[in-house]
Amino acid sequence: MSDYLLSTPAQTQAMLDTVGKTRETLFDSIPASLKLKRPLNLPKGLSEMEVLAKLSALAAKNKVYATILRGAGAEHHYIPAVVKNFGSREEFVSAYTPYQAEFSQGILQSIFEYQSAICELTGMDGANASVYDGATAAAESIQMVLERTRKTVLIADTVNPQTIATIQTYTQYLDIDIRLVETKNGALDLATLKPLLNETIAGVLVQHPNYWGVLEDVGTLSVDIHAAGAKLIVYGHPLAMTVLKSPRALGADIAVGEAQSLGLSLAYGGPYLGYMATTNDLVRRLPGRIVGQTVDTDGKRAFVLTLQAREQHIRREKATSSLCSNQALCALTASVYVAVMGPQGLTEVAQHGLRRAHYFQKELAKIGFPLAYNQPFFHEFVTTGNFNAIDVEAVLDRHNILSGLPVGEHELLWCVTETTDKATLDRVIAILKEELA
Amino acid sequence: MKRLYLPSHEWVLADQAPHAVGISDHAQHALGDIVFVVLPAVGDPVTQGERFGDVESVKAVSELISPLSGKVVAVNEALLSAPETLNQDPLGTWIIQVEGTVNEASLIDEATYLAMDKD
Amino acid sequence: MSQLIFERSVTGRRGIRLPDYDCPAVNLDDTQLRSTTPRLASVSEVDVTRHYMALSRQAFGVDNGFYPLGSCTMKHNPKINDHMASLAGFTGIHPTQNLETVEGALELMDGLQRDLCEVTGMDAFTLQPSAGAHGEFTGLLLIRAYHQSRNDTKRTKVIVPDSAHGTNPASANMAGYSVVSIPSNPQGGVDVEALKAVLSDEIAALMLTNPNTLGLFDPNIAQIADLVHQVGGLLYYDGANLNAIMGQVRPGDMGFDVVHLNLHKTFSTPHGGGGPGSGPVGVKGLLMPFLPEGTLIDKTYPKLPKSIGRMRSYFGNFLVNVRAYTYIQSLGGEGLAEASFMAVLNANYLMERLKAHYPVAYPGTCMHEFVLSLQDLKDSTGVRAMDLCKAMLDNGIHPPTMYFPLIVHEALMIEPTETESKETLDDFADMMIGFKEKAISDPDFFKNAPYTTPVKRVDDVLAARKPILKASL
Repeated sequence: MSDYLLSTPAQTQAMLDTVGKTRETLFDSIPASLKLKRPLNLPKGLSEMEVLAKLSALAAKNKVYATILRGAGAEHHYIPAVVKNFGSREEFVSAYTPYQAEFSQGILQSIFEYQSAICELTGMDGANASVYDGATAAAESIQMVLERTRKTVLIADTVNPQTIATIQTYTQYLDIDIRLVETKNGALDLATLKPLLNETIAGVLVQHPNYWGVLEDVGTLSVDIHAAGAKLIVYGHPLAMTVLKSPRALGADIAVGEAQSLGLSLAYGGPYLGYMATTNDLVRRLPGRIVGQTVDTDGKRAFVLTLQAREQHIRREKATSSLCSNQALCALTASVYVAVMGPQGLTEVAQHGLRRAHYFQKELAKIGFPLAYNQPFFHEFVTTGNFNAIDVEAVLDRHNILSGLPVGEHELLWCVTETTDKATLDRVIAILKEELA
Repeated sequence: MKRLYLPSHEWVLADQAPHAVGISDHAQHALGDIVFVVLPAVGDPVTQGERFGDVESVKAVSELISPLSGKVVAVNEALLSAPETLNQDPLGTWIIQVEGTVNEASLIDEATYLAMDKD
Repeated sequence: MSQLIFERSVTGRRGIRLPDYDCPAVNLDDTQLRSTTPRLASVSEVDVTRHYMALSRQAFGVDNGFYPLGSCTMKHNPKINDHMASLAGFTGIHPTQNLETVEGALELMDGLQRDLCEVTGMDAFTLQPSAGAHGEFTGLLLIRAYHQSRNDTKRTKVIVPDSAHGTNPASANMAGYSVVSIPSNPQGGVDVEALKAVLSDEIAALMLTNPNTLGLFDPNIAQIADLVHQVGGLLYYDGANLNAIMGQVRPGDMGFDVVHLNLHKTFSTPHGGGGPGSGPVGVKGLLMPFLPEGTLIDKTYPKLPKSIGRMRSYFGNFLVNVRAYTYIQSLGGEGLAEASFMAVLNANYLMERLKAHYPVAYPGTCMHEFVLSLQDLKDSTGVRAMDLCKAMLDNGIHPPTMYFPLIVHEALMIEPTETESKETLDDFADMMIGFKEKAISDPDFFKNAPYTTPVKRVDDVLAARKPILKASL
């Protein structure tokens, strides 16, 4: 009796007797010729103390940098203690998808509040209960804009390359034409986009701020996109939205993106949190789980999974998405983060990133790292110059600092958040100045 | 009024042009509370025997099959905000109106449809 | 029902304090700036704590009580798994770090992939898919890439039994395949004659869950595999029910070419109220060249020229994979086999105790779950499967899966899992037997249940007709 099993040998025997089986005959419905005739070739189970030692040793082999100046879709932010606390609360952690509404109001309400926060940040009317990550959120959004006579979607090449790659994977065997729009100087401009717009274009996807950190001129682009009858999908940054215009205010029909920055750790890439929100016109095309408000038989406010006729368990082969889960625990984590930060705290987190990134960029420019793109940016930016990007990475690594991401021979994509203060940025500059000289 | 049916429970008024298309009382009953209707756009072509929209209840979705070929000239947009009218008055509620030709021989007359064993 | 967090908001109140600004303000163009602060809740840490405590009291997980939700494998989630996933050496690493700085993560992922290969009899695994349905989609793209690489472009159809999870046909559709549904035979397995009738050189694959959603192991699996392979199709294994067979039989040995696992089911990573999960995909050698971008092979991420492409960002739900790896280290090979043994014994014991009172849809020895049909009960008392389930809520038990699989009327699909005691199973059986008597004597009791939950039955028609998907702020 171990390994989380409860039955004693006597109970096990009693149960076998009740069903008229023995250990040997219980699996008789499996043909003998198929059965594994040896034990699984895995190590013997370890005690909890040994497991802890083994896993801790593996964790210790990973380098956790004291200073992280890298984003590219995975950002280091401060996570308040209360966020971790409720993100590990057992009633939430160990529950399944809230099918039984009467028993699951806590989870349903937490998802409803998450949807509400996403809608408020993006300016949209409805959001789903989340998807795996930003890349899959973007990929799932493509199907939402298709019309009978419009099957082409344009994607700015300033969108995160992993997001573009995921969209291409998702759509490769469908009747959809994905076209990348080449940009100049780190941003999509109207002169490039306009000639591509016509009556076959279903939608245009723009990331804002884009992969290079640059603010796209979304408001201007949206006018022509809509004039051509196409829909606009904005892949946006939820924290930046506390300072920047919401996707809806910029003309977006659909807002998607990565919400890892709202209280989720870097975690070597996952689990993260893909959000999807849209206008009332398109809300029934949202994939995945959605929580709605309703009433119970006493007329009391209640929450329930809704609009299920869109979903795979009802539509089966007619469904456009096979999504069957959401990232509820990540959405809960993000909700607690948003609550404890409040509108003021979120704005301050965004402002810290914005201010420190601009300060750092100016200091970098002074020591031989000019901006690669002369464009307005938020808290990420690309530098160029004569230094080798991987040399810069190596120098800072020796000081326990994770540099900007090398994105070219001389180019680095930097990200500055509230976790790196001015004094630390000054120290980074001093190190670079001294060691690269 | 000549109302003809498909075995999939859609009806068409054969003797009025444009032709109104709806669902039968049996269909609305089988679906239960209808919560949403997916409609085509005015101008869309429809083909007899092919899907032109969906009707959704909480736990089911059913394709709407066109009883005739032609072009959609009107859609009942009131259904978007009040889908329950399909439950309340299925025979008095058209979903789309189609300009086209009804192939009467390929459809079921009302008396036969009502007498059919449906499940 | 609790107050919404937004209803607790008091202007000017705040939770966590941030450091003062230490860098100059930045002037962005007005056309880019938000004009008003988002109308989110202004609350203190005390408010946040009380709010989420209130919500947690209105949630129910397997840590709260018995959760025999069929096909979802709601087993106990060992606390050590979560503890290991919270180690700073795992939570604090950036996915773009150089491989030399994440050797522990690579070793863990490599070890997990090897362990999963051994349990399933496959040759390689990718950890990138993030859930079961994501794994299915990945697997079907692999199958499609394989056929295309051989210029075998006639294959446009995927066969799915009528008892399958809805994700199977939906995933096939996403991969651009049309779906051929085949009926089950009277024993609940694949109807081999019906299968033969649809087999041709247009078949790309057969998707199968074995044991299937009725909790039955299909004894004809070897023949089925041969038939599909003979026409050039591949076999896809939906690993949703792997918890029944660890150490007994392996999908790879049954003839499957590709398999997805739900680590949040069999390998005991928590479900989190719907996610995050993890849906690794295992393949036989013939599909290895097509694995997704971001797959770890020999502790590196090689560029695979024939890859199906990227399924998501980075390398999958790493922290979920840490939990599954921890679980496997705790149990070892013997422990995994014992887990499956007890899962199957618990299901058969519970079925044995109930079968005289409720008809089992497909009688015989079940695997880790079984399906009851409450059609007779409904016909005689008017009490539906759903009504019975609602009454369970008042007893602090999460109901079984209802109305699935679709081929059983008034279905209740019961999966007790191995981490429940005989006492819990006996209590559940006694409750169910009592329910039947009560349904006959007082059917209205069930039609109005539940009585003690925070809300009564909810109006899902209103929710779908007039969707309210966000709070009015």
